Amino acid sequence: MHTDINKLRIVKIEKIIEETSTVRTFAFRDIASSNAGPGQFLMVWIPQAEELPMSVMIWREKYYAAVTVRKKGYGSTSLYTKRMGESLGVRGPYGNSFVIPKNSRKVMLVGGGTGLVPLLRLAIHLNSIRINTTLIIGAKTHQEVFFEKLAALCLGDTTHQIVVTTEDGSYGIKGQSTDAMLNLISSERFDTVYTCGPEGMMKKVFDLALASKIPVQASLERHMKCGIGICASCCIGNKLVCKDGTVFDSENLSSLSEFGLEYRDKSGRKCKYF
Amino acid sequence: MFAEDALDLGREQTPESNILAINFAGICLRNPTILASGFLGISMSLFKRLYKLGVGAIVSKSISCSPLEGYRNPTIVSLNGSSYLNAVGLSNPGADAFSDEIRENDNLPIIVSLVGSSEDEFPTLVKKFDTLNIIGYEINLSCPHVAKMGIEVGDDPELVYRIVKATRTHTAKPVFVKVGVGNTDVLSVASIAKDAGADGITAINTLRAMAIDIDTGIPILANKIGGLSGRSIKPLAIRCVYEITKKVGAPVIACGGIFDWEDAVEAMLAGASAVQLGSVLATGGLSSFYSICSGIEGYLKRKNAKNVTEIIGLAHRY
Repeated sequence: MHTDINKLRIVKIEKIIEETSTVRTFAFRDIASSNAGPGQFLMVWIPQAEELPMSVMIWREKYYAAVTVRKKGYGSTSLYTKRMGESLGVRGPYGNSFVIPKNSRKVMLVGGGTGLVPLLRLAIHLNSIRINTTLIIGAKTHQEVFFEKLAALCLGDTTHQIVVTTEDGSYGIKGQSTDAMLNLISSERFDTVYTCGPEGMMKKVFDLALASKIPVQASLERHMKCGIGICASCCIGNKLVCKDGTVFDSENLSSLSEFGLEYRDKSGRKCKYF
Repeated sequence: MFAEDALDLGREQTPESNILAINFAGICLRNPTILASGFLGISMSLFKRLYKLGVGAIVSKSISCSPLEGYRNPTIVSLNGSSYLNAVGLSNPGADAFSDEIRENDNLPIIVSLVGSSEDEFPTLVKKFDTLNIIGYEINLSCPHVAKMGIEVGDDPELVYRIVKATRTHTAKPVFVKVGVGNTDVLSVASIAKDAGADGITAINTLRAMAIDIDTGIPILANKIGGLSGRSIKPLAIRCVYEITKKVGAPVIACGGIFDWEDAVEAMLAGASAVQLGSVLATGGLSSFYSICSGIEGYLKRKNAKNVTEIIGLAHRY
């Protein structure tokens, strides 16, 4: 059956999971979303409040998908406070996906916070083709660590390791995810590093991988309005994150001088990240 | 997948044949396809990419004196695959940031779209851009969903005259006025704009419209009311182009529902000197300019025309 993915589809929230004190996952039935590639996103309509670009979270039941949100601003909080049985609208999935090059044998995934969402979907693919996977989960504190058990389930019995880092050392290794990454890449060889999370972290991942000549694929985030390549709210350099991305490879990332440094605000003005 | 994937792989596509070159209202373009205002128009890097992909000229997003954030999402609703509803709310980085954005422009044919509420804002805007390498201005008098800007201005004939006149007296560059279908007759607005010194008219802007989700009963756009674009409005655009060129006698750029080369040719037969593309980019991607140019070129050859100018307004004979 052909679905016009641009047409708004109303879905009902059927399950809510508390991931941390500020992060929740909302599951709903939607076939198109359930088939999303890792890195693709939905435009999620929260009626009378907002429409947000959200990476498509995995869900255990067939034909189901989910979104994972951290309450922060008006839009994310309006989604976070939704209850069971309430309606959301979705369109998409949009954008490209992480690619697993042929002959990949061993890969690394580096994620932080809700940036883990596309990496879990990728982990399922990696497990299905038995690629040795190292996942680094970075968080500020133990309370902020989530998806660790789920990631292990996704990777199944494929050879894998999951490394958790916390900045305050309350769980796992003390430090940042990129500290753990540096340790691992100096002793082991990885074919590709996949990353999604705060842009500062992704930039560090990119710089470290570049120095060790490891190809990177990063899933980027920008302000979005249309999601379909016409408004340019999400532009970075000459690329549109909604259509040319969300996933960019090393070659593209090297050409995007704004990566890790600048984004455009809602009016389109360039702003610095730090 | 999207049609652009087949073409838009970073390869240069520059339709440079003279058969498509066109000169009107003081602007000279390599081909008659123009990026419509509101689409993609904030980034110099994107403009360069569009030019490589064959665009004839680029109209920026409508720029106001101060930055505007626009409305909260949802700002865009896809209706049936080829028509859209939007209430972006004229979000733009403002004159200072946008003039910095295009300051280094050398040879890209950029038309800056201007928006404001009163006539004193337009000379201020023109001063920010007039020393830059741009080929002209388009005054947005027709955005249908922002109070005191756009169509509310365009519906006031005296204000239209004052704004166009104020802009005209502060620049020697070509000035186009983008008109819409509001409460005041489009022909009289076009005529007033011409009398006030506009070099050409862009017709038409989106039309006030809305969409309601029947499941929840809630209007989808955050602003509830927005502007309708895409294939649904093409016949109306063709009618406006035909009547403005015939009765007002100003050069016209057609805008509204141009999706393929047949639409572009139809608009030119109706009298348009060039066509703007917008909604088509959602499905056709950035390579739409190239594919429409190729189609027009094929048509001209089949009709034994030596230049695209020959077909402008041919329908007026009947």
